[in-house]
Amino acid sequence: MDKLNTLIVNGQRRQTTAALGRRLSEVLRDEFDLKGTKVGCNAGDCGACTVLVEGEQQCACLTPLGQVVGRHVETVEGLASGAEMAALQVAFERYGAVQCGICTPGMLMAATVLLRQQPNPTQRQVEDAIGGVLCRCTGYQKIVEAVLSAAQSTPVISDNTGKSVGTSLSKVDAKPKLTGTEKYGADAIPEGALWVRILRSPHHSTKVTLGDFSQIVAETDGLQAILTHQNIPFNRFGIYPVGKDQPVLCDGFARYRGDALVALVGDKNSILNVGLDDLPITFEILDPIRSVEAAKAPTALRLHDDKPENLLIEGTVIKGDVSRQASVVAEGQFKTRFVEHAYIEPEAGWAQMVDGRVEMHVTTQAVHMDRDEIASVLQVEKDQVRVIPTACGGGFGGKLDVSVQPILAVAAQIFNQPVACVYERPESMMASTKRHPSEISCRFSASDDGLLKTAELTADFDTGAYASWGPTVAGRVPVHGSGPYYVPNAEVTGRGIYTNGPPAGAFRGFGVPQAAIAHETMMDDLAQKLGLDRLEIRLKNAIRPGQETATGQVLTASAGMAPCLEALKDRWQSMLNAAEQFNQSTTGPVRRGVGIGAMWYGIGNTALTNPSTIEVGIDRAGRLTLFNGAVDIGQGSNTILIQICADAVGLPASDFSYVMGDSDLTQDAGKTSASRQTFVSGKAAELAGRQLRASILRHVNAGQTAKLSLIDNQLWVEDGVSRHEIDLQEMPAGQRDQVFFGTGTFDPPTTVLDEKGQGVPYATYGFAAQIAMVDVDIGLGTTKVLKIAAAHDVGRAINPQLVEGQIQGGIAQGLGLALMEEYVPGVTENLHDYLIPTVGDMPDMEIIIIEDEEPLGPFGAKGVGEPGLVPTAPAIFGAIRHATGVRVTEAPMLPHRLKAALQEKGRDNG
Amino acid sequence: MNEYFRPTNIESLFDVLTQKDWKVLAGGTDYYPAKVGKPLHDNLLDITAIDEFRKISETEQHWRIGATATWTDIIRCELPPEFEGLKAAAKEVGGVQIQNSGTIGGNICNASPAADGVAALLALDAIIEVLSPHDVQQIPIQDFVLGNRKINLSADQIVSAILIPKIKAETLSGRFLKLGSRKYLVISLVMASAVLGFDQAGRICHARVAIGACSETAQRLVKLEAYLMGKRLDADVVAAVDASYVEGLTPIDDVRASKGYRQDVALIVIKRLLMGQGV
Repeated sequence: MDKLNTLIVNGQRRQTTAALGRRLSEVLRDEFDLKGTKVGCNAGDCGACTVLVEGEQQCACLTPLGQVVGRHVETVEGLASGAEMAALQVAFERYGAVQCGICTPGMLMAATVLLRQQPNPTQRQVEDAIGGVLCRCTGYQKIVEAVLSAAQSTPVISDNTGKSVGTSLSKVDAKPKLTGTEKYGADAIPEGALWVRILRSPHHSTKVTLGDFSQIVAETDGLQAILTHQNIPFNRFGIYPVGKDQPVLCDGFARYRGDALVALVGDKNSILNVGLDDLPITFEILDPIRSVEAAKAPTALRLHDDKPENLLIEGTVIKGDVSRQASVVAEGQFKTRFVEHAYIEPEAGWAQMVDGRVEMHVTTQAVHMDRDEIASVLQVEKDQVRVIPTACGGGFGGKLDVSVQPILAVAAQIFNQPVACVYERPESMMASTKRHPSEISCRFSASDDGLLKTAELTADFDTGAYASWGPTVAGRVPVHGSGPYYVPNAEVTGRGIYTNGPPAGAFRGFGVPQAAIAHETMMDDLAQKLGLDRLEIRLKNAIRPGQETATGQVLTASAGMAPCLEALKDRWQSMLNAAEQFNQSTTGPVRRGVGIGAMWYGIGNTALTNPSTIEVGIDRAGRLTLFNGAVDIGQGSNTILIQICADAVGLPASDFSYVMGDSDLTQDAGKTSASRQTFVSGKAAELAGRQLRASILRHVNAGQTAKLSLIDNQLWVEDGVSRHEIDLQEMPAGQRDQVFFGTGTFDPPTTVLDEKGQGVPYATYGFAAQIAMVDVDIGLGTTKVLKIAAAHDVGRAINPQLVEGQIQGGIAQGLGLALMEEYVPGVTENLHDYLIPTVGDMPDMEIIIIEDEEPLGPFGAKGVGEPGLVPTAPAIFGAIRHATGVRVTEAPMLPHRLKAALQEKGRDNG
Repeated sequence: MNEYFRPTNIESLFDVLTQKDWKVLAGGTDYYPAKVGKPLHDNLLDITAIDEFRKISETEQHWRIGATATWTDIIRCELPPEFEGLKAAAKEVGGVQIQNSGTIGGNICNASPAADGVAALLALDAIIEVLSPHDVQQIPIQDFVLGNRKINLSADQIVSAILIPKIKAETLSGRFLKLGSRKYLVISLVMASAVLGFDQAGRICHARVAIGACSETAQRLVKLEAYLMGKRLDADVVAAVDASYVEGLTPIDDVRASKGYRQDVALIVIKRLLMGQGV
């Protein structure tokens, strides 16, 4: 019999027969059901699993059970006493330090040790304490603020009726994330589930011949089957109906390193014992196509038979005539590389059959799209699939594509029992989509007065092995490529080209961040040639209401580019002065510089319908429920949509509960992408709320200004004349079991674009400018970003704190894109070779919210999810150039690349 | 999972050491990352419960750091100034989580070219104490770490401690610099460490300078050490240090940095180390 070992977890004796070499993280999660300890990498690289052993922080994934036998272990579940959260947890909630929440337990544990030793720590001490925990959402600033403030009592912001919009209410789902009870993709897998493990191609391009697996299945204990493409009813998936080109399991070819070959199904541990080497699979390795240039070569192998020259798609916008070039011309070529989303929660989920239907529990950004894709793979009707989203530990576009969903659905159907799949970090990085590498050429011209005359930009995007969201990138970039400026003549082309790289898909910005690096360098070039200040030239050209975009769309309202730039003017000047002073006073190797980036971003899908429907109701028990099909991936839509709906109904946000995403219980609110949830689903939530309110008022024939209040199952309606008391229990329930019900649908008004790309691709646009101050060590080629000030026109900030959080998190990803992130298949497939910013890499961030209200949006709001990162890399690159004279044309600007550029200019004397 | 054994004394360790094909486990910070997505089938011999292996102590000639002393143990231990470089290295290992688990002996035995501890230990003239059932050997660290993931240790031996000879000098200074692409949790592009002793007149009377991540194993820069002897550490002396003092490096080209970059900045890092500047 296995020996029983004891440890003390959160003050309680716990016994287990688990093997002593097992990771503590596994023991906590699987043996003790303490799922608050998260696993992000199993390699000590992310810190999500940080627990305390004898009061000191350790990665539970690196700690063998044997080392904690008889010792004290503390996990996030032990922080709160009863229902009362610890001061640090309260501070995290109040300061908006929680976004997706997957790093939160690790952050809390790391900070707890510090606060026990030092209740009033310095910022540096906080950074040292949490430096080993990665966060991909927040940009860390609010986490640091929360830890610094934990010792102080934290005021709670109230939500008086009619006042929700515009207040920084705490996130409605903060508490479960802070106490470890939130369930992410890997946290609620039923005991006894079968597990799926996908074996993937180690080669970038190869023919694949599968042998007979029956012998190994028969000989391997616990292995029930090896699924192949023959088990998949329709073995193709993809975002666009015409772009379903990715196999669930390869049939004949693997087109990238990470392509799924076969799926092992069995018990969790047994499937680990079978590797590719054990299987009769023959590879005939082909020369991989690793660049756009190679893919375009006439002799290049075609990745997909129906795509000559490996061209997935091309999109163009043509306005006016770019041959009318003005006298001052800037030109340039730019290059960016694959970037990994690096959400700290790897892909995970489980599925089961319920009454003959597939029920999928999965971490995702797009419930209803997942349902449709699963139905397509299974070749069943959509209503035969139910998708219930788990909490999502970060997405950023990477969880818009299906990952575990198709194979889980197939396996659940075949085995008719619960089936689970959780990617390990390397698998997540190998298999998932990336930001498109780009090669961009552009030429801008301006007249002597500094006004833009022409803008030309051509971007070739490496879309990798499969289409994924490549068409979106090729469609979105042409609209945005001339920048947030009024330009009478523009010609912008975006192309998606297949290579044997990982599929490039959606990643915060859909190609616009890459294009912004190019157009913002053009603006700096022109400023230099014209002797104009870099902010001034942008302000001079900023597109304003009444002006026409490159697609011929006349902006009528909420075009806040100029206000953003105006808001930064003083800071810009003082940063310029500070940099000049510093550089004059130093003889050392550090040079200080300041840069600026501006951007615009269309909210919602490009020239496509993208409606959201939101429902809200009050049931007989007096529960006010938002039926919300939009997935909150950490950005806060659960909270924002309630705030909007609350004000529309006229009841406090605190009265609301919600259902998120469940495809049986909610209407389609589209995907969480394109910065669309606040604007599109928000408007739908507003309309739903108004309809609910109208139905209540109609019931008692009260006036429009009546005040509602909900106390238990009593709904009171007070107008100037009288008070109507509605006893909800006495009322009949209707739709979704609700007494009163409201539905709202909003589809932003857009048009299809004509053959020249002219039309109305978006109903509204976000605008932003950021300025960065950096120190460049010219000896080492290293860049330290000191400060970023960001001004964003969001229309209306429904929740200012969440808006700030989006922008700060965007800046962190923009900084990573600019300075450190480069995904190389086969080389950087983990979080110690692929570097994302840590708390110590972040600048001081100042967020300025500009509210140029959008008449179409809910209470004037637009979106902010993606704009946060778009101007960051341009601002940093402009600052490097200002500091050193090096005109940055590639990302990431790693130290060795900057050093080489400095050497070329003879400016590297450190 | 096969066998896991965690002896509490050296005798029981040696009772089993040669009986199985053990993987010796200390802090686990290199072992578990190598097992991501793989089954745990190794027989694990966990040496972290042997108290003698963790102590930091001193004898007349040596400081003795137990092999399973964690980086945090080293950071918190009161040690003379020549250890400041090793302590600075310890603070740059991973995050605090890794410093609390990872051990100095494990870092040496893992023998990564980018091991944070090895350059600092070279500068301290560290000697590896190796036990077997029948003897105790003392092996200079440069003869112990032989190459990338290659160490001089046979199956019946175990690393028990690191011995640091005491240095005679009026004042001593230990230094360490690590250049990486981000602040925390980073593998170095180049790292350097020095231990310098000064006589009463302020002249260098003891010089050890080592550079890491620029060759298969960290190495000492003996020409530079010889040059420094007898000199005062001033700007002119450091300014005269040129590329010839960092010859013989064989840095790698990888995704983190080019070979040429590593070669170029090695000299800069060394000069900053000597000047007491940062990177």
